[in-house]
Amino acid sequence: MDVRLLGELIDTVVRQIINHADELTALDQAIGDGDHGVNMKRGLEAVLAAREELLAKPLNELLKGAGMQLVMKVGGASGPLYGTLFMTLGKSLGATLPDRPALAGAFSEAVAAVQARGKSQAGQKTLLDVLVPLQEALQRGESLPGLREVAATAVAATRDMQATRGRASFLGERSIGHIDPGARSSQIILNAVVDVLEARHDD
Amino acid sequence: MTTKVGIVIVSHSHEVASGTAAMVRQMVGEDIPLAFCGGDPDGGLGTDVAKILAAIEAAWSEAGVALLVDLGGAETNSEMAIEMLPEARRHRVVICNAPIVEGAVMAATEAWSGASLDEVRRTAEELTNG
Repeated sequence: MDVRLLGELIDTVVRQIINHADELTALDQAIGDGDHGVNMKRGLEAVLAAREELLAKPLNELLKGAGMQLVMKVGGASGPLYGTLFMTLGKSLGATLPDRPALAGAFSEAVAAVQARGKSQAGQKTLLDVLVPLQEALQRGESLPGLREVAATAVAATRDMQATRGRASFLGERSIGHIDPGARSSQIILNAVVDVLEARHDD
Repeated sequence: MTTKVGIVIVSHSHEVASGTAAMVRQMVGEDIPLAFCGGDPDGGLGTDVAKILAAIEAAWSEAGVALLVDLGGAETNSEMAIEMLPEARRHRVVICNAPIVEGAVMAATEAWSGASLDEVRRTAEELTNG
């Protein structure tokens, strides 16, 4: 188990979400209830507070524990959604770092669990509009820069979508023209993970 | 009395949850288990899985518990809370697809009459379907 790598992943994801909290809030003020940045920040700070306890666990238990922190602390719908993503990754993975096919398989199961939790699918202007393309990219063995590109394209594509799920759906056509805050937070998390993995390859 | 269905009100706002519960109490008195919660873990607007679990526990009845929720996150967080209940209790808690204030009053009135969990939910949901 590479505790140093996992520690860097936690630290980088937490830092990037906190750094972008104001941006997420601004995006959510445009089409939602304006709490996504604050909620995600609170959830990720809870993960950071549990850092040492989480790092003492095997990978699957670490992921379940981090997911549970998000469920209990985020306070909006994104808590159960991101919580389910990480808890299902924990259920699907083993105690140690997975190889690429195992990661792709676990990520597919996790995205399916988020779809079930949110009773939603891609195309409804939600975080799934990033998670589903990422799942497909992982399945075809996309490179790390490729994953970053897929996420960026996917977030931009939410701008022209009309929300049919979540708070933004109340706005109907007026939700068109803004990128989705949940899609953006998924991209921020993905970019943080890719940053750490790329730096590791450079070592 | 403990065999009457319990009612739990979950709002983003503590004041809305508390006010709705007061209206229910005025209608049906103290004769049904009733609990409410509102606000995120920091006390702002939102919902909190831990508070929802505590409210279900407080309103627990062997006849089951019916939840009334307001906007999206309240429903998602309530579904999460229900899944975290012990297996034996999980199937005796339902979320009513009904407006929170009217639904809570209708559900509580039905529960007070001794109706089953299914009947309580159906009565609350008539507000949405009818």
